[in-house]
Amino acid sequence: MAACSIEDVLAKAEQDEAEKLKSITVQKELDLEFDIGNLVAYDVNRIDIRQFREQKKDDFLRSLARDNTQLLINEIWKHPTERVEEVIVVKLPEPTTVLPREKPPPKPRPPTKWEEFAKLKGIQKKKKTNLVWDDVAKNELHRLRNIARAQKIKVPGVGLTPTAQQSKTDLVRAVNVAKVSTASAGKFQDRLPKEKAPRNTGKKRKFQPVIGNFSNEKQRQLDLLKVMDSKKPRLDVNKAVNKQMREDDREESAAKFRKGGKKGRKGGNFSGKGKGGKGKGGGGKGRAGGKGQGPPGGKKGAGKPGKR
Amino acid sequence: MQKLLEKKVKVQYVPCKKANTKRAKRFLDNRAPKLTENIKNAMIMKGGNTSMTVTQALKDIYALKKPSAVLYKKKNITRPFEDSTSLEFFSKKTDSSLFLFGSHNKKRPNNLIFGRLFDFHVLDMIELGIEKYISLSDIKSSKCPEGTKPMLVFAGEAFDHENDHKRLKSLLTDFFRGPVVPSVRLAGLEHVLHFTALEGKIYMRSYRSLLKKSGCRTPRIELEEIGPSFDFILRRTHLASDDLYKTAHRQPKALKPKKKKNISHDTFGTKFGRLHMQKQDLAKLQTRKMKGLRKRRGPAAAAAAVVEGETSPKTTEVE
Repeated sequence: MAACSIEDVLAKAEQDEAEKLKSITVQKELDLEFDIGNLVAYDVNRIDIRQFREQKKDDFLRSLARDNTQLLINEIWKHPTERVEEVIVVKLPEPTTVLPREKPPPKPRPPTKWEEFAKLKGIQKKKKTNLVWDDVAKNELHRLRNIARAQKIKVPGVGLTPTAQQSKTDLVRAVNVAKVSTASAGKFQDRLPKEKAPRNTGKKRKFQPVIGNFSNEKQRQLDLLKVMDSKKPRLDVNKAVNKQMREDDREESAAKFRKGGKKGRKGGNFSGKGKGGKGKGGGGKGRAGGKGQGPPGGKKGAGKPGKR
Repeated sequence: MQKLLEKKVKVQYVPCKKANTKRAKRFLDNRAPKLTENIKNAMIMKGGNTSMTVTQALKDIYALKKPSAVLYKKKNITRPFEDSTSLEFFSKKTDSSLFLFGSHNKKRPNNLIFGRLFDFHVLDMIELGIEKYISLSDIKSSKCPEGTKPMLVFAGEAFDHENDHKRLKSLLTDFFRGPVVPSVRLAGLEHVLHFTALEGKIYMRSYRSLLKKSGCRTPRIELEEIGPSFDFILRRTHLASDDLYKTAHRQPKALKPKKKKNISHDTFGTKFGRLHMQKQDLAKLQTRKMKGLRKRRGPAAAAAAVVEGETSPKTTEVE
């Protein structure tokens, strides 16, 4: 009994399915060919001419079209769909009908002048790599630092450590450090004519902590006010005079260099030596004179302000 | 001609195609031969003498083919079947590779010539005569929006058996298919163009498809006629020679899908892969461990030696 009812249920389900599908099934002798990529259907079934003539042409054609379109839609609906921004979209395959192109396929473009030259010379395109981690140099620096820490020596950490590729800033820093590492801490080192004064390398400003010694801070502020108040100019005369002398020396040497260079070029080689020699002699005398005059002048004029 | 004049202002006639600005360069690159081509443009023009039917028909087909079509208003006194130079000139100017030429005379009334070009030279031309025509405006119904990709159906044995009809099928597909897209909105499948070849005549009907609810996922189709309806009769044809046709179909190699090596499929769709191994030393192949067959040391070795010692004197005796 139960078995019968199950069979009945299944049969009924099948019938329902068939009815549902009835609305979309179309009976055709030959199956249609589809090109879904182009949304085209080809129907090769024979068309009954008698039927065509009996019915009104348009009605016959319309029913034929409806059947064919139904089959095409069935075929399209078999393809995968996806949802794109609230719209259901069916993914079409590549079109199968081969249609002629409108223009011939593109020709490979002719090599440019540079490309031809490169081929001729055998130059290959080298890719510029980005900055590479330089293990060696950093290792070296850390190693020296550790040694210094162990032996409690101060390490400059600038320019003296070997690096593979030293940039402009590194070199400039190294030069400045070398300049300062003379017996007189770089005071009497001549500069090249166009060389700029070294920037404040290495000297870092020290700031007092925000909340430290209050009395100290108070004292400093009062001193500052006192200085601002005083009418006397704060000038270390010695320092100013020495600085001025140095400036003068520098200018002289620069001028001598310029003169010597220019005259040598203009006069030609044969007269260069003589004039160069004279120039040097003159410069030496002038310098000696200047040096001799300087200190006495400074000592005498202790109260006077130096040349500005 | 007005449209041609308009185009003339925008497009500078330069004998050697050199671009001075980036915009001009982009414009020329768009028109240059490419791997995947642009959608084919159609130019719709009138001949020396046209009738009302022909002009209206041209306007309707322009409406179907918009926006990738240009409709010329002035008449061009040329005969495509005899002299196609002016057609080629126009196609170069507007970068069109499809054309539709309408004319009317006593010998060939209400004539439409569908044609296509390859590399700005005529490839195929098929002449169709309009026997019966109902225009878009005569059929009162709501129309499809402009630019919908139509579904095309070709019915009739002739489209499969006869050469002329086969070419016509290809030409009409090319003409009406619209842009090639990777996906289509399901609700936007509205327009259907149905071509029936019967008794030497070709019936073209244009419908709007209504997707009705059926019991299952696939909808039921109901059609409503909207568009122009033509009864064509096939007249002269000028088809391309076989080798020109082949050249036109040549696809660049780059478009071919790249084959993945060592992967094959069998008829059931199972995917097979191939692994290439180094040469294996069969003597050192790892097989099942047979503990009993292993060489043993200690008492077993002594026993083996004893066995050996026993056997050897025997052999000497024999000798």
